[in-house]
Amino acid sequence: MNEMSEVIAETPETPKAGKKRGKWTRRTFIGAGLLTGGALVVGVAIRSGKPPERLRAMLAGGDGEILVNSFVKIGKDNIVTAVVPHVEMGQGAHTALAQMLADELDADWNNVRILEAPGDGHFASHNIAREFLAPELKVPSVLEPTVDGGFLTLAKMMALQITGGSFSIRGTGQRGMRAAGAAARAMLVAAAAEKWQLPASEISVDRGIVAHAKSGKRAAFGELAEAAAKQALPAQPKLKTPKDFKLMGKPIARLDIPAKVDGTAIFGIDVQIPGQKLSYAAVKAPPVVGAKVAKMDASAAKAMPGVLQILNMGDFVAVVAEGYWQAQQALNQITVEYSKSDADKIDTAAIFAGYGKALDEAGADGGDTLAETGDAAAFFAKAAKKVTAQYHVPFLAHAAMEPMNCTAWVRGGLCDVWAGSQSPLGARNAAAKTLGISADKVNYHNTYLGGGFGRRSETDNIEMAVRIAKATGYPVKLIWSREEDTQQDWYRPSASSRFEAGLDASGKLMSWNNIHTHLFDPQEAPLVSYYNIPNSLIRKVDAPMHLRFGPWRSVDHSQQSWFIESFVDEIAEAAGKDPLALRRELLAKSPRHLAVLNRVAKMAGWGSALPAKHGRGIAIAQSFGSIVAEVAEVDLTAKKPRVTKVYCCADPGFAMNPDGYTAQMESGIIYGLTAALYGEIMVKNGAVQQSNFHDYPMLRMNEAPDIFVEIINGDAQRLGGGGEPGLPPLAPALTNAIRAAGGMRIRHLPVAKHFA
Amino acid sequence: MKLTINGKMQEITADPATPILWALREQLGLNGTKFGCGIAQCGACTVHLDGRPVRSCSTPLSQAEGKSIVTIEGIASGDGALNRLQQAWISEQVPQCGYCQSGQIMSAAALLADNPRPSDEQINIAMAGNICRCGMYGRIRKAIKVAAGIDSERQQEAAT
Ligand code: FES
Ligand code: FES
Repeated sequence: MNEMSEVIAETPETPKAGKKRGKWTRRTFIGAGLLTGGALVVGVAIRSGKPPERLRAMLAGGDGEILVNSFVKIGKDNIVTAVVPHVEMGQGAHTALAQMLADELDADWNNVRILEAPGDGHFASHNIAREFLAPELKVPSVLEPTVDGGFLTLAKMMALQITGGSFSIRGTGQRGMRAAGAAARAMLVAAAAEKWQLPASEISVDRGIVAHAKSGKRAAFGELAEAAAKQALPAQPKLKTPKDFKLMGKPIARLDIPAKVDGTAIFGIDVQIPGQKLSYAAVKAPPVVGAKVAKMDASAAKAMPGVLQILNMGDFVAVVAEGYWQAQQALNQITVEYSKSDADKIDTAAIFAGYGKALDEAGADGGDTLAETGDAAAFFAKAAKKVTAQYHVPFLAHAAMEPMNCTAWVRGGLCDVWAGSQSPLGARNAAAKTLGISADKVNYHNTYLGGGFGRRSETDNIEMAVRIAKATGYPVKLIWSREEDTQQDWYRPSASSRFEAGLDASGKLMSWNNIHTHLFDPQEAPLVSYYNIPNSLIRKVDAPMHLRFGPWRSVDHSQQSWFIESFVDEIAEAAGKDPLALRRELLAKSPRHLAVLNRVAKMAGWGSALPAKHGRGIAIAQSFGSIVAEVAEVDLTAKKPRVTKVYCCADPGFAMNPDGYTAQMESGIIYGLTAALYGEIMVKNGAVQQSNFHDYPMLRMNEAPDIFVEIINGDAQRLGGGGEPGLPPLAPALTNAIRAAGGMRIRHLPVAKHFA
Repeated sequence: MKLTINGKMQEITADPATPILWALREQLGLNGTKFGCGIAQCGACTVHLDGRPVRSCSTPLSQAEGKSIVTIEGIASGDGALNRLQQAWISEQVPQCGYCQSGQIMSAAALLADNPRPSDEQINIAMAGNICRCGMYGRIRKAIKVAAGIDSERQQEAAT
């Protein structure tokens, strides 16, 4: 960490002797400097401008704080350190970001190291901040082609230094890491040119060696680092075009994997504090969210072995003990009564009835219009054929493999916090706010994440842990039981959606009218602009709910894609068309989508014969800048449907690490299949009923289909995400396949309840 | 209480009802074995007890008295070189978040010790107790075959 503070101290905001800074625009900087020991450091930074009130609280330094996005450090020992402002939760972000930087730098991959930036304002994902906080800001022209605003809506809900919204590669990577690498390269070349008195244009760089072919002069990065720091900053570093990529686009082995096969990777739950004895906390929060602890009887628990403290925190109960198991055992012996409220009467049926009522009230043209072309209602009234349908999806828990946890130590006005968070900056600031101290008094240490999927962008675990640690005064590791993790989630909202489609006499889809209950983002999730439909109207109605909700892998796309692509298949069936043929028709003006669709159809052998009671379903979705189509193959011969194969074709623009991207597709498919088949959080008397993997089941290896993934690099200038886009098409491909296999049309997820 | 852990005799003072998982993690600092559910449903806590895979979250210390436990930290060969499963896990780029993988490798190791050339069906049965929320089942299956020296292509050819 010493090394890290050194780097922070060298940001362009605090120029020191021997440093220069260059402006790209009023608020965009490349900064460079020399570190003690002769290391060159180059950073790309953007000033945050004037943040709106809600985000100001999250920005530790307030207005005008410099948010450094990307850093590279080149030491005398030739080691290139990429400072990565994103957390690693298995998506391969660290490796892919380092690949982008190292490629622009023409570094030797064997000498590249990765350092995760700490949860500090300097490292906030300013790309998010930039467009959100300072919409008028001009992007450096060199990076102009990479700008894509589609992902920003998600960012609005979250703190700044987040890893979510499939953002790291296309945001930080494209705008920050590549620019930092290219700038450092230009400065190393300039240093060599000065030293050798040769024109820079004749100097080349390859695998960490700067060379002049004609004279045979060569120097390693480390030899030039010090001189490079004194060179003028490049005004606009030149980025490579794909034909010159050496590392980008290559399936490079992920650097975080070796530690994940021998038990040495440190997750939040594994944190130890050197020289300190840890105590362990188990907690129980009220089953109905928002309730308070009204009465607590801890007499039996007090006497149990290892118990150190029993805390009634008002909104939860905690037992602190010498070991976690002891804490949990004692907690189980505490009887608690909770405050009552109207929420105690809510159950799943009432929630969906409320959605139905909201949709009824909105009627044929009420609600908030999200998109409109032509006159859908007018055409529908006179349509030769009408198709209508209503769909429902349940609440879902994240169920990350590692239960929520956090370690905290509060003493002397200071606080240290350890956790695996998708939002290290948000975590630090949440700790500070909870304790009523300034953020610079909080030392936040991020670890590997045992799954995030959106859950770890919330900070409730952090807040709980620092409150407990404040009460104890000694360091405490808080671990949630799986039951608590399942019942105190920020759920993927349930939703209902209604559709009306009108076909003309020739069977052509002429009108599309959709209204759905809505709670979240991104706003474009229900839109179907890539489909060529002359009249369309897409609306939402607000439908409040008492459960906490949060981003869940692919956010609203997880619901909307299933609604949309199920309905497209229903239209095909009504029109007597093949589902693939109808989609081809609708995508006639969207060549990238069409290419993806056609490729997946070819992979799956669409149209070829299948045994009886087998079926194929197809679906396509666009999310987080990527286009993904999937075909699921289903076997209905047994009592329960079995998914035997899933074919997936994705166009993310350009896959920086194709094997990593493929793994993300595989992961999204299994996560989506688990949810579509089994996922359902139910509410009774206001409380979540499911508690652990026995009643919130997960797909297992014996049910896992063979997955085939192909990637199309459709547009290297527009990068799409990887973590989320594999999920949305899976559920509709599955339910469409069940229908094709002779099963029912499923309009209410999960699938399993229709085969019980 | 005396038991052998990763080949070393260890003395633990704890309530004999304590699940092995928590003794490993909190008393011996062996953090590679993970907590996922606490009710023998996910396999994240899998260790070997006298060579058999057990869910350490639901196995009390009392059952391990005088026996031998092997954890992910003890699975590499004596000279510290990675076990063939660990090597295959790297070559097939199996882990995503990695949290489930200690348990997966321990289950796979027990399988191969028992059955050096498992069929797909046998792999599925042996691994069905281990959840991977990152969904790396295909890669785990492939890595087990690579470690076992079963070439999946060749197997398929033989079948056709
Ligand atoms: S933690 Fe033991 S099986 Fe899940
Ligand atoms: S790799 Fe994340 S749970 Fe398996």
